[in-house]
Amino acid sequence: MAFPQTHRSVVLAIRSASPDERARALDVLVEAYWRPVFRHVRARWRQDDEDARDLAQGFFAAALEKEWLAKFDPERGKFRTYLLTCLDGFVAKERRAGRRLKRGGDAAFVPLETTGEDGETRELPLPDGTDLEAQFRREWARSLFSLAVESLRARCASMGKDVAFTLFERYDIDGAEASDRPSYAQLAAEHDLPVTQVTNHLHWARRELRAAVLQKLREITASEAEFRSEARALLGVEAP
Amino acid sequence: MKDLGDRALDHLREVAQRPDFSGTRYELGREVARGGMGVVYAARDRELGREVALKVVAAEMADPETIARLRREARIIAHLEHPGIVPVHDVGTLPDGRVFYAMKLVSGKSLDAQVREGPPIGERLRLFLRICEAVAFAHAHGVIHRDLKPENVMVGPFGEVLVMDWGVAKHHEELPATDGSTAPPAGPHSDHDTAHGTILGTPAYMAPEQARGEIDRVDSRADVYALGALLYFLLTGRAPGRTKAGPDEPTRTWAGPSRPSAIEPPRRLAAGIPRALEAICLKALAPDPEGRYPKVDDLAADVGRFLEGDRVSAYPENPWRRARRFATRHRTAIALVLAYLVMRVVLLVVARI
Repeated sequence: MAFPQTHRSVVLAIRSASPDERARALDVLVEAYWRPVFRHVRARWRQDDEDARDLAQGFFAAALEKEWLAKFDPERGKFRTYLLTCLDGFVAKERRAGRRLKRGGDAAFVPLETTGEDGETRELPLPDGTDLEAQFRREWARSLFSLAVESLRARCASMGKDVAFTLFERYDIDGAEASDRPSYAQLAAEHDLPVTQVTNHLHWARRELRAAVLQKLREITASEAEFRSEARALLGVEAP
Repeated sequence: MKDLGDRALDHLREVAQRPDFSGTRYELGREVARGGMGVVYAARDRELGREVALKVVAAEMADPETIARLRREARIIAHLEHPGIVPVHDVGTLPDGRVFYAMKLVSGKSLDAQVREGPPIGERLRLFLRICEAVAFAHAHGVIHRDLKPENVMVGPFGEVLVMDWGVAKHHEELPATDGSTAPPAGPHSDHDTAHGTILGTPAYMAPEQARGEIDRVDSRADVYALGALLYFLLTGRAPGRTKAGPDEPTRTWAGPSRPSAIEPPRRLAAGIPRALEAICLKALAPDPEGRYPKVDDLAADVGRFLEGDRVSAYPENPWRRARRFATRHRTAIALVLAYLVMRVVLLVVARI
């Protein structure tokens, strides 16, 4: 049955007294949040790839060192929102200090400001319609689904169900990106399988993917209420 | 780790949220509707060879209250066998833990879509009477809908009316559970999961006591209010209290009995609405439940009397208005009598010449 198993929240584990457990928890959080953080720094703070990477890395290092993530209070909101607030605070501070974490204080940021005709300095506007929080949420969803796909790949390999993953990858991932998705019949012919077996494999893989997404989600949320709310945002019936 | 593209991400989100009906009698079709409690899909029942609608809630996503509500909704509807209430065929849990129920797939359009086509007032009132019949039937079985609004009423191709979405209904009597066990204990109302102060329903169509979360005061007269609001909508094309700016404007609803002027009389929006009909509407919309029709049947009876040209209880008439109504109702007979009298006078005059 593809029902999510209860997993210990790494958001809570990051407060553990055990250094090993803390390190493992941070690894999981970095894995889930690296790309959303990197892309947010690039978009919100308009950094090039290299500087955004440095800032993202610096942020996680500082979060561990200063125990920001351990200070998260599940009663006060979502971890994702909290992390974004910490991140923006960190980058703003770095920006004020006029330095980057790894590369010394001589490096320059991509300018975020411009000087008007009156000589006043103004922040450059973001492109019209940019909703940075929505963008961060989408990158977070992308990261979570990418991780779930990797979990599914590993699970299929361990169960000797490589065909199921191959079919899933062809139909549901590559096929979704392509303009001409292969039909079930085409996939059946390619793999010398009856069509019903192709659809059964796909049903199974989707069910497992769903379970993997929810399992990852449970890991990176702090409470049952947050898990449900985020699950609704990702898969459910309510708007995030 | 391979990064997913935008289209792949959207597709995976969609397939991950689609319920898995493999191994069941249902073949899942398109998504039909989406609401606060779940998603409704069209499906085919392979065993009986018929189209059905499946309402699904995600168990691991929804809190126990929502799951209980879906099951309770199924039980409530299953006990309301009426042509105006969509029948439930089956209820169960999917292999992945999600709860669903199967019901008749309704073809037709929602009441608001129907009204946008501008049917004549008589037709709109006859639709209203059919809605009243279904709601009165539910009341007779101890069930209060609590979320009547145009989107929750479907009109079929032959004018048949179906009252939908009983998800926040309140029932007074204990109903047997679908799994054979006893249903949750029923108190004065069995929505024991609805705490005092909880607001369920849609503000524009909600009775003031319901809007204030006074669930102990919510009884069948809350549905009378909502029906009054539906009648208002049928007459004016707007929900009561809405400004002229359109449906996206914030809705002004009752803040309490002290603000009876919050609802704009229907005739201010459409001057052609008969005064008696406006009076019926405003009586159903009285802020105090005591001021409303005590029962849906009473409201329906008044609308029926209006359609027949009879005197309605909500509108006291002076002799002149009574005479006008009499003349309007019997205009053919009066015209014939007048024609006869004129003819007799003409004949009399001709005979004297």
